[in-house]
Amino acid sequence: MAKNDYAYAVARIRVRELSLLSSSFLEQLVSAADYETCLKLLREKGWGKKEEESAEEMLSLERKRIWDLMEELVEDTSVFHVFLYANDYHNLKAAIKELHHRNGFPNIYLDHGTIDPELIRKAVAENNFSALPESMQSPAVEAYKALLHTHDGQLCDVILDRAALEAVYQAGKASGNEFLSLYGELTVASADLKIVYRALRTGKNTEFLERALVSCDTVDVSGLIQAAAGGMDAVGKYLESTPYKDGAEMLKTSPSAFEQWCDNLMMRRIRPQLHEPLGLGPLAAYILARENEIKSVRIILSGKHNGLPEESIRERVRETYV
Amino acid sequence: MGIMENIGVLLALLGAVLAALVAGIGSAIGVGMTGEAAAGVVTEEPSLFSKVLVLQLLPGTQGIYGLLIGFVTLTQIGIMGGSSDISVIKGLLYLVACLPMAIVGYKSAMRQARASIASIALVAKRPDQFGKAMIFPAMVETYAILALLISILSIFGIGGLPV
Repeated sequence: MAKNDYAYAVARIRVRELSLLSSSFLEQLVSAADYETCLKLLREKGWGKKEEESAEEMLSLERKRIWDLMEELVEDTSVFHVFLYANDYHNLKAAIKELHHRNGFPNIYLDHGTIDPELIRKAVAENNFSALPESMQSPAVEAYKALLHTHDGQLCDVILDRAALEAVYQAGKASGNEFLSLYGELTVASADLKIVYRALRTGKNTEFLERALVSCDTVDVSGLIQAAAGGMDAVGKYLESTPYKDGAEMLKTSPSAFEQWCDNLMMRRIRPQLHEPLGLGPLAAYILARENEIKSVRIILSGKHNGLPEESIRERVRETYV
Repeated sequence: MGIMENIGVLLALLGAVLAALVAGIGSAIGVGMTGEAAAGVVTEEPSLFSKVLVLQLLPGTQGIYGLLIGFVTLTQIGIMGGSSDISVIKGLLYLVACLPMAIVGYKSAMRQARASIASIALVAKRPDQFGKAMIFPAMVETYAILALLISILSIFGIGGLPV
């Protein structure tokens, strides 16, 4: 059997897909009387492991379960690094800011990156980035210096967010897998569009966009920057010529509506993997599906915790994979 | 006894070996792949063992057909007993007669394995649809049987030819 058939792993994933949360279950959560009832329903579904744990612990355990399963199924999990680079860059950002504030903050590092958060923290603390992967060193130095010299936290964010997007895009392309390449493409395209939307709302200039946006196959950065100079309508018009024209309306509504549309688009594009008998695609799609349902549950729990009306929570809940 | 006098039986034997070997390899790979998928399902849901086992075995039939063709050919050319005086032309004809089973057997086992894996996934999600899940990979069997038929008719026909 070819190494990349993943027959055993895909078969196990097929059974696991049965326990993914359905849209009707998410609806049940949205209509639940309160936050505690939501937690109870989730525990009944097998989420979390003990009664007294907090929602955050429950969600972090669920994320851990995804990666534990993948480590069990796939000999070399580096094929999934494309999903983890964002966590590395988040940790790098956290380490630089922590050093800048000369203060330790609890729980600011994310697990499940490709690099141990402690290694990143140490590299930043010693101002010696040679222990980090080569592609990370240059943005790390740039962001470190930018924050130290200008005290501009946003500039530091922009440098590292751009580096993270480039890492995801390049890893997707380099994987040689159609599905992972699509993931990289959609991640970069949706991030570019969100950046443009926020830049227009906050009156950022072209220089900011040039620094923040990352090129990909479906979004021409120079065309998008040119359109952004003409305002939101011009961006909407630009989107008409891209595969993201349906998102243009959402972009006008609100950033959260657009983010939801992007997540839903990702789910729709990965859904054909439900019928793929072999290969890496169904495994990668399962990871995204689980991450997506964790995001939806977080939205619902946070809405319930803050007493938001049902309708308001419902419109933020993402489409499900199954 | 020189090799040139026995080239006919050598060619016929090559045909018999190819039928058993190539179709057998196809089935071994196919059953191996479906076995992995079946093990994956049983890891998560042990109660589905008997259902996925049947689906695992489907790509194994091509190897049996190959063995049958090999066996019949060996009987016809006298290797299992009797005279093995086969002309070069007859030997070549036996070789050609075995090829449908060898080639179609190999390819159909591989494709049937993929269909079986898809059906194993179907059973994993909907165990009540086992009957329908069986039909999809079983359809591929048609072509293995057609190849078996043409190979066997040819082998029996060659014996009576005045060549």
